[in-house]
Amino acid sequence: MKRDAREGLLISPIRNGTVIDHITGGEALNVLKIIGITGATTESISVATNVKSGKMGRKDIVKIENRELLKEEVNRIALIAPNASINIIRNFEVFEKKGVEIPSILTGVVRCPNPGCISNTNEPIDSKFEVLTKGLHCLYCDWIITKDITSHLI
Amino acid sequence: MNHIISIRDLSRTEIDQLIDEASRIDSSVSFDQSLKGKILALLFFEPSTRTRMSFEAAMARLGGTSIGLDSVEASSMAKGETLADTIRVVSGYADTIVLRHPKEGAARLASEFASVPVINAGDGAGQHPSQTLLDLYTIRQSMPLEGISVGLLGDLRYGRTAHSLAYALSLYGATLHTISPKGLELPTSIADELREKGTEIVEHRDVSEIIGTLDVLYVTRIQRERFPDSASYFKVASSYRVTPDLLTGVRERLIVLHPLPRLDEIDPGVDQLPYARYFEQSRNGIPVRMAMLRKVMG
Repeated sequence: MKRDAREGLLISPIRNGTVIDHITGGEALNVLKIIGITGATTESISVATNVKSGKMGRKDIVKIENRELLKEEVNRIALIAPNASINIIRNFEVFEKKGVEIPSILTGVVRCPNPGCISNTNEPIDSKFEVLTKGLHCLYCDWIITKDITSHLI
Repeated sequence: MNHIISIRDLSRTEIDQLIDEASRIDSSVSFDQSLKGKILALLFFEPSTRTRMSFEAAMARLGGTSIGLDSVEASSMAKGETLADTIRVVSGYADTIVLRHPKEGAARLASEFASVPVINAGDGAGQHPSQTLLDLYTIRQSMPLEGISVGLLGDLRYGRTAHSLAYALSLYGATLHTISPKGLELPTSIADELREKGTEIVEHRDVSEIIGTLDVLYVTRIQRERFPDSASYFKVASSYRVTPDLLTGVRERLIVLHPLPRLDEIDPGVDQLPYARYFEQSRNGIPVRMAMLRKVMG
């Protein structure tokens, strides 16, 4: 963690858990939403937003105590923070460091904007999107989301 | 499992095989009873006359029987049952399910829960592959599908048959000429996708500019409910009307198609002209649907 000369550490280190670094500035709360962390969950979370970054200008950082994120959880983050890096921390040390990869299919992450889509009914299914270069393609109704993906996060 | 959900799921080879099979069936003097003992479930959650009847007729011609819902009101759906549960239950009664449903993607969902093949007979504004196959079959009765010039006339925004046909024709290198009222143009997402695949799409406002160069004119209904009042509907509808005068001096091999039902888009005077193929097109639903039923149950 970089120190600020006057403020010291922006957020303190964690003993065990996951640090998500290099999140696109301003997207930290969406990252938490994607990995299912809400006010109702029990994890201790530290969030820093719009921290100065040499490479990115501004970045966000999220630290989650006592939870190691799984690969599929991590990869959902790639949608909104393609440069994010994931550090798995054990006993204050970086045990594993990995980047994010955009998955080919996103299940239950994004709501289809098409009100006529079967995935927006009470059927026992999750939304399912194919990730294309031009956007997200709904595998039920063929709708394509090309912009503002975060506003469609479930 | 051998589902038929969207024309996009079929390769050009598979489409050709289905059309070839329909052609063989069409030229047979008598039909074999290859689906004798099989049961087809027709689940129609939206009104349909010709699609439902032609699937029933196709099944009967192949020796099989059909069961189905008469109305949504009488079904368990009216009691709040999910489509997924209905499909699981009906899978135990029949060898194939034909589904029409108001929600887009309903047939895709059904294919995930069914233990028998599902054929999509129209899902909302989404897909209707048997219509596209019979459209292609009707064109191929008159000319090869490769490299033809096709005019799509009418409501191209909401008209699902036009979307599916445009996609299928792109597999055969057709040039598409779109002629639609303002606000009812082919959606940009579809046009862009087809152009990326190398299809040439040319937009026109007036069908008379282009009619002389077309091999096929595919007319779709301009839906009255899309307009704020009757006067604006009639103004637009009358300017997209195919009349005998319009067809003066066209290519000899031109054919005029329409998925039916038609309202005012085609003047009844066109029915007598050699270009009119829409009633044959409708009749072609039988051999094409027979070929589809054989493919999934054969």
